[in-house]
Amino acid sequence: MAADYAYVGVFLIVGLLFVVVNIDVLSRLLRPSNPLPEKSKTYECGEDPIGISWIRVHIRYYLYALVYVIFAVETIYLIPWAVVFRELGLFAFVEMMLFIAILFVGFAYAWKKGALEWVA
Amino acid sequence: MEKTLERFYAAFAALGIPWIVPQLILMLVVASLVILFISVSVMFMIWWERKISAHIQVRYGPMRVGGWHGWAQSLADGIKLLIKEDVIPAGADKLVFALAPMVVFAAALAAYVIIPFGPNLIVRDLNIGVLFYISISSLTVVGIIMAGWSSNNKYSVLGALRSAAQAVSYEVPLVVSILGVIMTVGSLSMIQIVEAQQRIWFVIPQFAGFLIYLTAALAECNRLPFDIPEAESELVAGFHVEYSGMRFAIFFLAEYANMFTVAAIATTLFLGGWHGPLLPPWLWFLIKTYFIIFVMMWLRWTLARLRVDQLMNLGWKVLLPLAFLNMGITGVVLVLRG
Repeated sequence: MAADYAYVGVFLIVGLLFVVVNIDVLSRLLRPSNPLPEKSKTYECGEDPIGISWIRVHIRYYLYALVYVIFAVETIYLIPWAVVFRELGLFAFVEMMLFIAILFVGFAYAWKKGALEWVA
Repeated sequence: MEKTLERFYAAFAALGIPWIVPQLILMLVVASLVILFISVSVMFMIWWERKISAHIQVRYGPMRVGGWHGWAQSLADGIKLLIKEDVIPAGADKLVFALAPMVVFAAALAAYVIIPFGPNLIVRDLNIGVLFYISISSLTVVGIIMAGWSSNNKYSVLGALRSAAQAVSYEVPLVVSILGVIMTVGSLSMIQIVEAQQRIWFVIPQFAGFLIYLTAALAECNRLPFDIPEAESELVAGFHVEYSGMRFAIFFLAEYANMFTVAAIATTLFLGGWHGPLLPPWLWFLIKTYFIIFVMMWLRWTLARLRVDQLMNLGWKVLLPLAFLNMGITGVVLVLRG
């Protein structure tokens, strides 16, 4: 059991190492290095960039993230329910449908309020 | 196979080396084999995509490198990217900039742990297989945001933010479309899901789920018609504008590796995995997976890109209710049949 997840860990570490070996060892030995101020300027189609790009972003991204949280939490409940669905039968099915219905009221509210409109 | 492994462990035990060493060596070998598979498969997928796009547009595509229809073109491109200069913009957050490709690639690689190429050809049959895939595939978005934000470039910040918005919008329908299959099988293990499809492939009872999964999966991979995070004509290249040389190549590799994963999961969940007559199981699995990849490439060169607001509307207002409807109907049918 634990050995199964050891594989996941080893895969993640090997993935990191593969990138490091390729970029910082193999490619470093082969590639030229000739930095110029123009070259390391931020790319903006030949224009000088004005200001930094770490700016405050539009509120709509936050709204989508909030609606997503509702459903992300819901799927945490849905997956174990789906696994044992056959043993639980009708009662659990009706209960889950009620749960989803309650969430959909919130979803409908968000929809009505325009949280799902990109251009509001 | 079992015998060889036992002898391998016994040899280490005889030398008095703790059991963890041969275990680790085995894991490293497996991981390296998977990386080898990814590299070869991605190389051919890129060549394949270029040929398909060329033929759809009545061109030849790569014809020269390697002789026969330019089969070695991607190999040559890989070598070219390896010897390209590495340019890091002066205004970038250098640490995050360097970490981003690692996160993206490590997540793409870890997803291969649960791909069942055949009855015994799976790295580890985790008992939470499908859930593991869902969670590890979301890590890609973290890498994309890291790349976009750390580049300190307006195009890449926009691309990364859009990518995050798109990923969260399509993750919900993706998960819910899979639920129909999980309810029918009653397990998250990839092996058990494939074995449950001996009589009938789930694409038939779960056809709506299959279509929703494919649509959401296209969006998760940022493929056309959902490639708004990269949208060449408006954002140049989105989150990886500032990446060059090998760093860019890693993003490219991870993207195609993810495409393979998505297609392999679709094969496992809906197309009966390795089941099929005559040919060996692993070959059936690869045929089905590459067929889905072919469909994804075909769609790329057939459909136009959606607008951002259309994309979000499709995700939230069409796919999400449809996915829940599919789940509800599956539940009703399963309850009625007992």
